Amino acid sequence: MSIQEMTREAVAAAVLEELTNVAPDLAGEDIPEDADLRDEFDLDSMDFLNWITALHNRFGIDIPELDYPKLSTIGKAADYLGRG
Amino acid sequence: MSDLYRMPSLGSDMESATLIEWCKQPGERLAKDDVIAVVETQKGAIEIEVFHDAVMGKPLIEVGETVPVGAAMAELEGIGDGIEQAPSPPVEPPAPSGRRRASPAARRLAEARGIGLERLRGSGPEGAIRLEDVQRAVQAQAPKAPLPPDSKGTGLGMAAMRQAIAAAMSRSKREIPHYYLSHDIDLTRATQWLGAHNAELPPDRRILMAALFIKAVALTLRKFPELNGFDRDGQFEPSKAIHVGSATAIRGGGLVAPAIHDADQLELGPLMDKLRDLVARVRRGGLRASELSDPTVTVSSLGERGVDRLYGVIYPPQVAIVGFGTPELRPRVVEGEITPRTLVTATLAADHRHSDGHRGGLFLAKLAARLQEPETL
Repeated sequence: MSIQEMTREAVAAAVLEELTNVAPDLAGEDIPEDADLRDEFDLDSMDFLNWITALHNRFGIDIPELDYPKLSTIGKAADYLGRG
Repeated sequence: MSDLYRMPSLGSDMESATLIEWCKQPGERLAKDDVIAVVETQKGAIEIEVFHDAVMGKPLIEVGETVPVGAAMAELEGIGDGIEQAPSPPVEPPAPSGRRRASPAARRLAEARGIGLERLRGSGPEGAIRLEDVQRAVQAQAPKAPLPPDSKGTGLGMAAMRQAIAAAMSRSKREIPHYYLSHDIDLTRATQWLGAHNAELPPDRRILMAALFIKAVALTLRKFPELNGFDRDGQFEPSKAIHVGSATAIRGGGLVAPAIHDADQLELGPLMDKLRDLVARVRRGGLRASELSDPTVTVSSLGERGVDRLYGVIYPPQVAIVGFGTPELRPRVVEGEITPRTLVTATLAADHRHSDGHRGGLFLAKLAARLQEPETL
């Protein structure tokens, strides 16, 4: 399914799924949509890059480095990707 | 002809491991570097490899058994002429007078269990203390209280890992006379170069500054052999190979520093791939014993959200650790003008028995020069 056909809720769920794939130690954690992933969940630069890579591969959307700050939470990432 | 497969070294802070599973069955062919078994350690599940071609023989221990480093785990068959046995711990230099002779493995175990070598009777040549002698003393000790089970069930027992870190770091601070140096390095060019490089690439081929740091340290070390290698009871054993341990924090506490082998010879892209792979395996398990036991130096980078600088504690038996604080914009005087530049503070903690501050300072200066030419890394 292309991202345009997905509900925002489904995009957010997919974004979270990719996060726990690259950081399996976060599986089962309650990660609020507005929680800063780096500050509150200790995501380091490598985890973050792996997550961006997974999102790029899953949705085929280009995510330049300069846009990284726009993906600092699950919610922001879902909004960013939803805009296509 | 048969031989024994022994529990390999798992790094200086781990003295035993528990067999989780055999990956090979009796009769199966083993090639050098094949994973023969998975063991549980204080740092999680680790894959252990064979060091030469052989055929799997009879297992000598069962799943669930905990055995010390060096203990026989299985028979290996068909080891013909000209095939070397697994690398054994390096031969101990002659003991200085007044010091008990002991094998490195025996010394390590005694150290880890707080057993004084002078209390032991050695059964080796000239009364040298062997691992067996220490093991007997360990068994004679009152049993320790069991460690509390890991609360999250991730297999990474936090209490056990804290104990492992405590043992290695206490030994480091007790035995190694550290000296510390620090140097502010201008990263403006490296940052610009990296930004331009990554802008052209999909995420899976982008490179992190951490990879540049590791490569620059590895290349610089070629000219500073006294910082790359091991202390063996006070004698320095330089290493030709430059295996950089990359300190990686584990969420929730603890850290490991698995090796990027021959980091000086890797192009940045493949080096970054290795780094990614190591971090992934720190997160989900699957580190190899050799990666934990053979770094010849350690690099610790705080990343983007740390503090200005870190003062490293050397991981024995290594003799140096290079630290990188968080790169940030700071005022710097360039050609008489105060200008904002991206700076990182690099630190060196090194073993004063084997190098001096003068050479350490030159090392950091050369490292700074290297990082001014990112395109050559």
